[in-house]
Amino acid sequence: MLAYIARRLLYLIPTLFGVAVLVFVLFSVAGEDPVRILLGDHASPEAIALQQAKWGLDKPLLAQFGDFLVQIVTFDYGNSYASGEPLSKMFSDGAVVSLSLTLPPFLMSLCINILLAMLIAYYRNSWFDRFATAIAVMAMSVSYLVYIISLQYLLAFKLDLFPVTAAGATDWSFGSSHYYFVLPWLIMVLAAMGPDVRIYRTVFLDEIDADYVRTARAKGASERTVLFKHVLKNALIPIITYTVVAIPFLVLGAFLMERFFGLPGVGDLLIKSINNGDYPVLKGLTMYIAVGYSLFNLLSDILYAFVDPRVKLD
Amino acid sequence: MKRKLTIVCFIIVMLYLLVALLGVLGLLPDFQTRFPIDGVAGYHPPDFSSIPMIFGLDQQGRSVFYLALAGTQTALTIGFMVSAIAIPIGVTLGSLAGFYGGKFDAFVVWLYTVVISVPYILTVIAISWVMGAGMFAICIAMGMISWVSLCRLTRGEFIKHRERDYVMAARVMGASDARLIFMHILPNVIHLAIISGSLMVLSSMKSEVILTYLGVGVDTGASWGLMINAAQGELASGKWWQLTGVVLAMFFIIYALNVIADALRDALDPKLND
Repeated sequence: MLAYIARRLLYLIPTLFGVAVLVFVLFSVAGEDPVRILLGDHASPEAIALQQAKWGLDKPLLAQFGDFLVQIVTFDYGNSYASGEPLSKMFSDGAVVSLSLTLPPFLMSLCINILLAMLIAYYRNSWFDRFATAIAVMAMSVSYLVYIISLQYLLAFKLDLFPVTAAGATDWSFGSSHYYFVLPWLIMVLAAMGPDVRIYRTVFLDEIDADYVRTARAKGASERTVLFKHVLKNALIPIITYTVVAIPFLVLGAFLMERFFGLPGVGDLLIKSINNGDYPVLKGLTMYIAVGYSLFNLLSDILYAFVDPRVKLD
Repeated sequence: MKRKLTIVCFIIVMLYLLVALLGVLGLLPDFQTRFPIDGVAGYHPPDFSSIPMIFGLDQQGRSVFYLALAGTQTALTIGFMVSAIAIPIGVTLGSLAGFYGGKFDAFVVWLYTVVISVPYILTVIAISWVMGAGMFAICIAMGMISWVSLCRLTRGEFIKHRERDYVMAARVMGASDARLIFMHILPNVIHLAIISGSLMVLSSMKSEVILTYLGVGVDTGASWGLMINAAQGELASGKWWQLTGVVLAMFFIIYALNVIADALRDALDPKLND
């Protein structure tokens, strides 16, 4: 087990190196010149040279790539081109907002949708199952943008039940300004319902005809005991692995949500940095996400082996 | 019941394809045409008595119905271009990696691990930014990322199949590697490409709308994303018809493709679930 974890952690090195090459090629080699974005088209050559020297962009590309690798190893990505703030601070500020936005609906969706899927699986092949599955597919067929636009219009603008945007709010620490998040939470729970319920339903149906279920029924266990005690435990295995991998992306927030509701989260930071050519922020954020994704993937595999003793890690 | 629904959905997809084809041939009505009411071009709610006004008129007096038709052409073109890029890459890399294993397999696994470790939206925006905005750029960008899931599936199947008896038998009889891959294993695996192809068309159409909304997708011509963008502002002043038009246009094709992907999965691969 320890050897497995050590090997997986070592595998992080080539993966992160690949991500670093990809990011460097996309932004530093092929992307637009950040100096030109900052100073405009008509800056004097001296001003351009000065700015390039300040950001270390006058060095040859290979040396710039070397600088980037040093940044990755030391976890210090320097300051944002746009605001001059260190990335670590911008990231932690944004992460508070993003997690306040994404974590509650993530947990709510998980509980609600597993229960719903179990209910549908309980009444499998009935008109209720067919009706619910049809609704789920229909819900999946509506663009995410449409959920946001129409619910924001209806519930916030028209019925005035929620604030339309959070623009103007300043205190983003956990617990304060939570009323700005309620409508985004609601939209995210609604939009996740269709796809999640459909996947969980097939997970339950995969288990429901297994041998151990037949044995439990043969012993005289009621359908309810079978479902809640036997099937749920086994169905949770794929659901856990499916869910854990999604966790690092919660920090990234929901950039569309953040944009529509004026929430200064990490997703919003990402989109803004792309528009500003703010490379230190982009490079740093990408590396954070890549590390997080790899670690949670590893965690998911370990959990999988932990909850299912038949799985051997090697 | 289920079969009837699949047939209806198949007809819907054919109708959308027909619209896209007419668009490519230049036979769709021009979406830029204005329909002035009493000499003034502007908003008008739906009027079922005339075809161009069936979904109403937008701010410039253009027909929402014609805009949605032209957007259909854009969306389907993108869906098919992305699949045309991603499916060959995914199938080729997945088959070779799964069949040969070893160093090449390690390289392919490394490659897709790198690609999925970077947030999707960042890579797509960065690539399309490098190539200059526009439809072609986002097709390439989405195509260069969408191959990953199909590649993983294909690789997994090839690893299972390469040790099967029928492959061993063919090998003993002197079949070349190319023959084993293309004539023996690929026909047993290709249904994965058909299923993911239909899902890929669907998801790239959905992504196009979001990318265009963010300003990195389709910049000229007609697109459902541009329509949603315009409709968002209109909604505040009570003009609901452009949003309704585009929601309906998107809903039917995406719903139909979802149902068809399900039916394909049931028909081609009863073991595989989601």
